[in-house]
Amino acid sequence: MTDRIADIWGERTPHGSGQVWPERVDQVLAEGLADADVDRWVQSACVLCSNGCGCDIAVKDGKMVGIRGRGVDRVNRGRLGPKGLYGSWQGEEHRDRLTRPLIRVDGELVETDWDTAMGRIVERSKELLASKGPLSHGFYTSGQLFLEEYYALGILGKAGIGTPHMDGNTRLCTATAAAALKESFGADGQPGSYTDVDECSAVFLYGHNMAETQTVLWARVLDRLDGPNPPKLVCVDPRDTEVARRADVHLAVHPGTNLALMNGLVRELFANGWINEDYISEHTANVDQLRSVVEPWTPEKVAETCGVQAADVRRAAEIFGTEDRVLSTVLQGFYQSAHATASACQVNNLHLLRGMLGRPGCGLLQMNGQPTAQNNRECGADGDLPGFRNWENPRHVQELARLWNVDPGVIPHWAPPTHALQIFRYVEQGSIALLWISATNPAVSMPQLERIRHILDKDSLFLVVQDIYLTETAQYADVVLPCAAWGEKTGTFTNVDRTVHLSEKAVDPPGEARSDLDVFLDYARRMGFTDKDGQPLLDWSGPEDGFEAWKECSRGRPCDYTGLSYDKLRGGSGIQWPCTEAQPGGTERLYTDGEFPTAPEYCESFGHDLLTGATTGETEYKATVEPGKAWLKALDYTPPHEEPDADYPLRYTTGRTAYHFHTRTKTGRSRRLNAAAPEPWIEMSVEDAARVGCQEGDIARVTSRRGSLEVPVRIGDIRPGTVFAPFHYGYWDTSDGGAAAGSGTGDPAVVVKADGGRHRAANELTITEWDPVSKQPLFKNAAVRVEKLRSGDGPSKAPDTTASRRATGARR
Amino acid sequence: MRLPVYIGLLNEAEATLASSFRVVADGHGDEPDVHYILQTFAKKCDAHREALKPVIDRYGEDIEGEEEHRLTANGVKEVRSGPLALMLDLQDLYVLVNHIDVTWMMVGQAAKGDRDKELQGVVEQCEGDSELEIRWLQTRMKQAAPQALLVAE
Ligand code: SF4
Repeated sequence: MTDRIADIWGERTPHGSGQVWPERVDQVLAEGLADADVDRWVQSACVLCSNGCGCDIAVKDGKMVGIRGRGVDRVNRGRLGPKGLYGSWQGEEHRDRLTRPLIRVDGELVETDWDTAMGRIVERSKELLASKGPLSHGFYTSGQLFLEEYYALGILGKAGIGTPHMDGNTRLCTATAAAALKESFGADGQPGSYTDVDECSAVFLYGHNMAETQTVLWARVLDRLDGPNPPKLVCVDPRDTEVARRADVHLAVHPGTNLALMNGLVRELFANGWINEDYISEHTANVDQLRSVVEPWTPEKVAETCGVQAADVRRAAEIFGTEDRVLSTVLQGFYQSAHATASACQVNNLHLLRGMLGRPGCGLLQMNGQPTAQNNRECGADGDLPGFRNWENPRHVQELARLWNVDPGVIPHWAPPTHALQIFRYVEQGSIALLWISATNPAVSMPQLERIRHILDKDSLFLVVQDIYLTETAQYADVVLPCAAWGEKTGTFTNVDRTVHLSEKAVDPPGEARSDLDVFLDYARRMGFTDKDGQPLLDWSGPEDGFEAWKECSRGRPCDYTGLSYDKLRGGSGIQWPCTEAQPGGTERLYTDGEFPTAPEYCESFGHDLLTGATTGETEYKATVEPGKAWLKALDYTPPHEEPDADYPLRYTTGRTAYHFHTRTKTGRSRRLNAAAPEPWIEMSVEDAARVGCQEGDIARVTSRRGSLEVPVRIGDIRPGTVFAPFHYGYWDTSDGGAAAGSGTGDPAVVVKADGGRHRAANELTITEWDPVSKQPLFKNAAVRVEKLRSGDGPSKAPDTTASRRATGARR
Repeated sequence: MRLPVYIGLLNEAEATLASSFRVVADGHGDEPDVHYILQTFAKKCDAHREALKPVIDRYGEDIEGEEEHRLTANGVKEVRSGPLALMLDLQDLYVLVNHIDVTWMMVGQAAKGDRDKELQGVVEQCEGDSELEIRWLQTRMKQAAPQALLVAE
């Protein structure tokens, strides 16, 4: 294996259209160890992005010492990317790991035992339930726990406490994918499969820098591009990403204008007759409205609005319109920008208009950001009801009540579930008084951080944080619970293309750390949550009980797991849901027959107005739906709310680099990954940098209406007028912002909460605004100005291997 | 013919609604969804008045005795404060929008009776917006009500 920091995607193993992707097994062992030294290999899958690469963990003397891709696995065929290879177990063995619970005493976090810590939580929780009721409780979880953990949390929140205030950071990464699938098809559920990469004749990536976000999936695309009969490639991205470099057409749109482009592409299909009339009439509804909304969006008008060439718009549309087998993938460039749901729905519409769903190579992948985001959506630890059930459908609520043996009135279904930013707003206003955050770090990942810090710091808030390290968020907690990480607990999770993997416990967690599942079960027990017969609400003895319970909950729903079991998932490859007795090998693609889950009694949602998010409601839905047909939903383009002006002349966008995940809690503690991208930067075009007098490596101040960054400048091939910042960097490893956790003093109880001098995190600048339907925040839409602070002493440390590489002078 | 009275009422009510939307949008800047969506709605009101212009030019706007015909209060001039503020302000808007919605309906009926194609076109174009505004206000108030009425301080 090559050094995979320098060679991110590894050696090519090209394959032609319709051929099986060749196996290539990647492996890393701790320094000085050889295969023969490994005691045993334990089956798992990687949790450092949404790709879900199957892997085995090497164990020696009760410690994790290596990782190897699983050659049999359908997702990666043995490959792993830099994060999996260098940041999986290596990111968990740092001496900063939390090993004992902490509670706040006289303003300081001090170590304690589990009984005391849990006792404090239960005491406060009971007190609040008695005095203010269930709406005083909020839960904010992750995209990185296991299915069983989300389902336990979903049950205790919805049937134990009965609060609608439950969401996950999946709101920040994958809410629009779920929303767009529900709006178009009636329910969540990824139509496509990764094998569509092997079969397609064209691939479109919309706001999806796959080369850095899912490196192994990109390796699969590269193997097609370098093989016989390669697919055509179209890229929509304001940056000169690796994807853009390989593209036949690169549409470097202004951030915030995706919908104008999409309306233009759809219009071209109509204008040129590149549509499948039969499919449209048999399997879709609403085509006339779609046609009239896109009508004004000529390629010239798109060109003017988006800052691209009209000829490129025509060329891209022609590829979509004339190739036989088109695969589309969509990610944060669309999901975290203006008109997120409407733009993602237009991708669905392109496929519906051509009848390109459910056949090999004709795939649609509304991607997820995080490894287990899909499970949060399925299990109801985010806003949704478990099993893709519809909160506006009383029969669905009844089903859950029967399953859990509780009164249906307890299950919150009287209003839309509360989304993450609204939960934080209620905390800000004091009406949520207990917030329980698991496995996520809003103090770095939420928009407008100055505000978030104030909210977390409120006296009226009792904050519980469970995590593996003392994150920026945990520093504000009243109780910190140390948890087991990947490899230290057992559970299942599901990737973007519905592949379910079992991840087995390889080693014990450090110190007194416990699995997140054990924490939730313990809380439910201590709270005395019972069903109608007085039996414990959550009587599981471990994760496998949870999985069996979940199977029953999923029965008959789109995400049916009833044909799966831990035993079946052991050995071999991951398996795609729905997996049932009738379909024991799982299901490669959804909607092969053009039948969609839109029937009112079955669908997950009655839909929304794309402009405002107003719910359609049961009456209107029943009056207009043609059961089984997909919806062609459309919205006209209007400019985003914050556009550049004289004071803030540049557009600001944020994103990932290949070497880090999320807020670097793990990857920042991996020596190799940290060295590859050790500090934040701001990316500017040659022109924009010259205008403010900045050279490569100079320190700039970037200011928005909400805050400022002070970081080195990387002069790159980004489109002029737009600046980019990676969102991974926070404060735990800076001397001022989180000395306790970051410098490795080994004393996690020392807490620094200074609000001054916070100028590293990209989200200091982002705006508190969200998509009206998916409620996903608009991280990629803000206006900023840049000024030079001082000269640097060398080039910035931004990676030169990826989209952040130094400008080549290539003008696009 | 009394239709010009109603067209005048409609025109005035749209102006009142637009300024009310803007007052509530500005006063609740800490609720970004409310802030932005109400601004969008205000622009729709402006567009409705634009669309009514040629009709008013034709019929004239009979504002004589306007006071006695006026059905609604003056609209929202300032936002409230306190835990119920958002809900009450939205509820005020709800009353104004419903008033406009039914006014459009009646003007639409008259336009049909009068076989006035131009006015029918305007009604068709504008009617859907007030219906959407009602749905959005209901959606948002449903979300806000339990928290505001049960736990807010
Ligand atoms: S592509 Fe994603 S899942 Fe696969 S090894 Fe890399 S980080 Fe892990």
